[in-house]
Amino acid sequence: MSARTANRIFDVTNTVLVILAVLLCLAPFLHIIAISLSSSRAIMSGEVTLLPVEWTVEAYKSVFTDSAMIRSLGFTILLTLMTTLLCMAMTVAAAYPLAKSQLKGRKLYMVIILITMFFSGGMIPEYILIRDLDMLNTIWSLVLPGLISPFYLIILISFFKGIPAGLEEAAEIDGSNHIGTLGRIVLPLSMPVLATLSLFYAVGRWNGFQDTLMYITKPELYPLQLKLYQIINNSQATDLLRMEGTGMSEVLPEGLKAASVIFATLPILIVYPWLQRFFVNGVMIGSVKG
Amino acid sequence: MRASTYFIRYWQLYALLVLPLIYFAIFKYGPMYGIQIAFKEFNFFQGIHGSEWIGFDAFREVFQNQEFYKTLRNTLMLNFLDLLVSFPAPLFLAIMLYELKSKAFRKVSQTILYVPHFISWVIIGGIVYQVFGTQSGMINNMITALGFDAVPFLTEKTHWLFTYLATGVWQSAGWGTILYLAALTGINGELFEAADMDGANRLQRIWYITLPSLKTTIVTLLIINLGHIMTIGFERPYVIGNLAVRDYSDVLSTFVYRVGMESGQYTLATVVGLFQAVVGLIFVLGANYASKKLADESIL
Repeated sequence: MSARTANRIFDVTNTVLVILAVLLCLAPFLHIIAISLSSSRAIMSGEVTLLPVEWTVEAYKSVFTDSAMIRSLGFTILLTLMTTLLCMAMTVAAAYPLAKSQLKGRKLYMVIILITMFFSGGMIPEYILIRDLDMLNTIWSLVLPGLISPFYLIILISFFKGIPAGLEEAAEIDGSNHIGTLGRIVLPLSMPVLATLSLFYAVGRWNGFQDTLMYITKPELYPLQLKLYQIINNSQATDLLRMEGTGMSEVLPEGLKAASVIFATLPILIVYPWLQRFFVNGVMIGSVKG
Repeated sequence: MRASTYFIRYWQLYALLVLPLIYFAIFKYGPMYGIQIAFKEFNFFQGIHGSEWIGFDAFREVFQNQEFYKTLRNTLMLNFLDLLVSFPAPLFLAIMLYELKSKAFRKVSQTILYVPHFISWVIIGGIVYQVFGTQSGMINNMITALGFDAVPFLTEKTHWLFTYLATGVWQSAGWGTILYLAALTGINGELFEAADMDGANRLQRIWYITLPSLKTTIVTLLIINLGHIMTIGFERPYVIGNLAVRDYSDVLSTFVYRVGMESGQYTLATVVGLFQAVVGLIFVLGANYASKKLADESIL
């Protein structure tokens, strides 16, 4: 066998393996999409694998006409926007001063912040705090505890440090104060990293589940993840109903679950192409400094 | 510079820091103040401050509790198995992607392989049930169609371990390639040319050039992962686990939730959380120290 054939065999094998990995990555999504678009009969008889059988949009109709689901979607969008905005404001406000080496007390502030990356009060003291602050069953319990991620803060500090000092000095000579320089010089130069961090905060909030489980008990304040968790978990109960023949409906719980999963994933998949442009850079900055 | 001129010049920077520092004081250090309830008979009426001191009574109770040891064992077991399976997966995947000839195909593959990292555990949990379910799961549909018996991927604990680990690989393998691929861009192309002149085949190139140049990254990541052997997230075991497999799926984080939030035994749950935080801290600091030392002495 010549070296060229061996090379060729390697390339083909490797390409096939990568294609397999990509397919394995996609298969679960395809299955869920297929289930969500298939008829009850096809799902019941186990005919659905990766392609829809006997197309129907019944499951989506019931998800989109479920007012609790739409309200949950609206609340989650509001929650995510609010969280992202406040998180970015706070992270920028902390990062800008901490990026200045001439700031007195900088080391102390950094230590105070870094300690929280390694040690935290834990689940129960956090719950007691939120309860003592009367924040249970309010949107604040989901917004305020995570305002600044120390990890993202460090990414932003190291980015601000990389901005040439000359630019800021020039602005100061022109009579700009610190906050003015931040707004006119530093932030416009930091757009890519600001976009990356915003998207990280937004995705984190959109996907967050543990705090919603702990702090929210009122159904009208259920964010999408909590709502979805209830739907997935309650299916055992609905299965039982179905067997008894009482709760029989046109739409099977499996189809409904699948459609709900797609419903909650879609927003992430819509922003993903934008996300993807930025996040690799974000991870790289973080790994170099963090 | 005099103190007053310094302050006139820099007060805005301190003004910017005020809210962030208040945030850290309340939401990060506040819960640390609350840790004292591990040593108190906590109830909500008397509050953190007013509850009575009980010393180490709650610690004694926890350390005599069989469930605690079971969740501790499960935490270490799941993390260790995860390390065995989920740690090498991104390395292999990164090398495969690196060896691809077509840049466009590589980019498309990366884009798709990163997606699971952005999917929440609740959604992954929903997908897991539809894919691995015994009654109507996709895989069991295929298995039964081939004439075999359905496999209890979710309800029998050993099979569940497989489900848990496979889900972890699916979620993290693609994203994990980023650091390796970044390290690979730094390889000097002349090394490969020299290897070609010496008649090395592709596997030999991987073995003698690609892998050695990833050594630092691999060892550093391994040490960092070992440092987190006591740390386990709540959502993955909680969402993928269930009552039938609790023997394996109940870990320290879900145990804290169950004892504290579901049974209202806040003191006991805080003790377990504190134990995990302190031991976890020791592991993490040890790992950080080890990775710094390795880097400094450039043993690698």
